[in-house]
Amino acid sequence: MSYSNTEIWIIIAVLAVCTYLIRFSFLGLIGDRAMPPLVMRLLRYTPVAVLPGMVAPLVLWPMATDGVFDPARAIAAFCALGGAYMGRNPLWGMVAGGIALYAGLFLTGQL
Amino acid sequence: MSSTTVKTAYWHGFRDGAPFILMAFPFALLFGVIGTESGLAVSQTIAFSMLVIAGAAQFAALQLMLEDAAIGFVVLGGVVVNLRMLMYSASLVPYIGAAPFWQRALIAYFNFDQTYVASISKYEAEPNLSVAARTAYFFGVASPIVPVWIGSTVVGALVGSAIPEEYGLDFIVPIMFLAMVGPLLKTPAHIAAAVTSVVVALLLVGLPSGTGLLVAALCAMVAGVVVETLQERSA
Repeated sequence: MSYSNTEIWIIIAVLAVCTYLIRFSFLGLIGDRAMPPLVMRLLRYTPVAVLPGMVAPLVLWPMATDGVFDPARAIAAFCALGGAYMGRNPLWGMVAGGIALYAGLFLTGQL
Repeated sequence: MSSTTVKTAYWHGFRDGAPFILMAFPFALLFGVIGTESGLAVSQTIAFSMLVIAGAAQFAALQLMLEDAAIGFVVLGGVVVNLRMLMYSASLVPYIGAAPFWQRALIAYFNFDQTYVASISKYEAEPNLSVAARTAYFFGVASPIVPVWIGSTVVGALVGSAIPEEYGLDFIVPIMFLAMVGPLLKTPAHIAAAVTSVVVALLLVGLPSGTGLLVAALCAMVAGVVVETLQERSA
């Protein structure tokens, strides 16, 4: 991370204001006017559209190994997704992924 | 409208919000630890949790900062993750649009996944609730969650600034993202969106940090809607 203190505060402030305005939008300003149904549909997919794309390169080319594929991290990623999917709760994914990560790092001598 | 029903609604909300502490605690704790480990000041890490109050967006911004993405892309990444809240905001209007302005302004600040999901389910299940009881319920749900969210970030930030790097913490963020995505994969449309996001992001991985991700997210949202529409037609 190579941002100045000011830049970090700017990021936090702008993200905070934008997030608030998103939450406030209809409740506070736009009121009862309907949004186009297509827009509502697109919005429903935002988390599942952003997070997987963000995580995929990190799983294949982890930052800590300078981009070299690491089976321990890949298996942990699989366990996190599988645990959360099967358990239908993020907590199960965190537990499964966390255990797999540290077991894998230990077994491959990275810990 | 008697004040006792409003009070009851608040405590019902409180009771329904309490279990979410189990989730808020570890997520915020890890955000605190990883924020300071990544180079944020303790005050900045805490400010993130207090002002943004949105786990996935906070981690998304943090990850993009770790990749040294341009400031605009860090913000955009977090904002796109939060765009779903436009939908939350819109769908609350029929139920609490008539509440006083200050209440709506405050509810907007607390309008995150858990408070929204709990409240909208309550409003749909009990259509006869008064507007005052509805807002009281919403504040009730937020009451146990928000202090834990901020408090655990503080603890995590203090712990994180005290422990050395080298604990595989780099990979905790990807694990949390995957843990958040797992339960969202509930329809073929959601799965199509996730797969599209992965494929496009990997294809565009050579572009500057954040740019490929935005393209991937847009493609994925369209893919989700296309699959949803196709399914409706065939049904």
